[in-house]
Amino acid sequence: MGVIVDLAVQGAQMLLVLLLAPALLGFTRKVKARLLRRRGPPVLQPYRDLLRLIRKEAVLAENASWLFRSGPYMIFAATWVAAALVPTFATGLTFSWAADMIAIVALIGSARFFLALVGMDVGTSFGGIGSSREMMFASLAEPAMIMIVFTVALVAGSTQLSVVANHMLELGSLRVSLGLALVALIIVAVAENARIPVDNPATHLELTMVHEAMVLEYSGRHLAVIELAAALKLLLYVSLIACIFVPWGLAPVGGTAEAYAIGVATYVAKLFAGGFLLVVFETSIAKMRVFRVPEFLGIALMLGLLGTLLLFVSRSF
Amino acid sequence: MSAHLFDIAHMLAGGLVLVSFMLLYQDRMFALLNVFALHAVVLSASVAWQGFVQGAPHLLITATIALVLKGIIIPLALRRMVVRLGIHRTIETVVGIGPTMLAGMGLVALSMVVMLRATAEADPLAREDLALALSVVLLGLMMMVTRRNAVSQVVGFMSLENGLVLAATGAKGMPLVVEISIAFSVLIAFIVIGVFLFRIRERFDSVDVAALDAFRGERQ
Repeated sequence: MGVIVDLAVQGAQMLLVLLLAPALLGFTRKVKARLLRRRGPPVLQPYRDLLRLIRKEAVLAENASWLFRSGPYMIFAATWVAAALVPTFATGLTFSWAADMIAIVALIGSARFFLALVGMDVGTSFGGIGSSREMMFASLAEPAMIMIVFTVALVAGSTQLSVVANHMLELGSLRVSLGLALVALIIVAVAENARIPVDNPATHLELTMVHEAMVLEYSGRHLAVIELAAALKLLLYVSLIACIFVPWGLAPVGGTAEAYAIGVATYVAKLFAGGFLLVVFETSIAKMRVFRVPEFLGIALMLGLLGTLLLFVSRSF
Repeated sequence: MSAHLFDIAHMLAGGLVLVSFMLLYQDRMFALLNVFALHAVVLSASVAWQGFVQGAPHLLITATIALVLKGIIIPLALRRMVVRLGIHRTIETVVGIGPTMLAGMGLVALSMVVMLRATAEADPLAREDLALALSVVLLGLMMMVTRRNAVSQVVGFMSLENGLVLAATGAKGMPLVVEISIAFSVLIAFIVIGVFLFRIRERFDSVDVAALDAFRGERQ
């Protein structure tokens, strides 16, 4: 019986992230439109877009290979698994032993690898530009992410997110390294999700786009799956920040139904608060030139490194 | 000493290293001066906190001197100087910002290795303060080396001096008279450098120190 309940809770988490991801995207679009004094599409619009795309015919280029057809599913699978591993409303779920921060970074990295491959598959110049830029950003964003993981893991003594979240709950003091890691993680999240200072999620202007350039050739159900994966990635980063830096409200191991309900409610609140802050940040700054982005990501890498180094002179080490 | 006191001291000193990196990152003159003022403010907060932790009221005087002199007067004077010299554009660096930041990380790592080895038995608060202060000093030195513009070299020199003050307050028992004399010698140095800047500009129509190379006969 216990095993069945545990599996059900884990399954509920997997479905929850899948269901909430388009809502978060729709919410950020709506808030952004309101901040720009436009009315904006309804919050549920991403769901409608996905349904419409699934019903449409998928058009393939004549020279598209098997990679082009299977790529979207691989990207989606890797991103979904990564997003479902992050503790969202409860710690210590059945698969929490697999919720290792390095494993999550690796899953996101493989999703990006497939995305860059399918961007180049058909051989259009836009896809190539998008893939090359994505890899340029990734070469700085991934080491930065790994340094953040090191900092957090050195503080918490583990790379498992459940353990980290519990440790953060009990941490009663200020740690400068964690502050640096938070700023670095926010920079990486903004860059990885192609949000404004790095890339504009709403544009199709050839010279500036990165993510959109890679998926330009997709249509129908393939595009639906890729867009859902992008929404899941945004949700993944917001829940990662929420889980590590604001772990309050997470249901403990083997919690009651009440604890789970509180966990879900606080998680949804954290998610939308995160989305709101992201949009406020986005509307208050302008997009960078592509060649300034490495400097922006360099800050994240430097903060991660500095956070790790500062840990070595702190008292508890 | 309770854990909180220590953690806040650590955070402020770590913040000073971070602001040193922000100084290295800036490529606009006015932004550089603003960050320099922030550097002094963080320093004065750190010194004041040390005064509180160590129960040494004279450190509060040092903090006030740092705040007024280096947080307000010198940035304002530098700003006026920049306006009068007409050099409020981008700063020319000798190497790019990316390599400079990486070299800076190397310097921080170096100072930690040196300090942790050299002060193995010292009080942990003084120990980490010294390690961070040495990083601030080295970063200030590097800023002086990697900038061509004389005004940003002055900023590098001043941030180096902030690192010295941080080191001095971390070690217990530094007399107030030494601190005051350091503060005023920095002010004198600032005035002398200011006079030199205008002389350099008069002579070469630029404050880019590369212009001096030809004068010394290093570059024909």
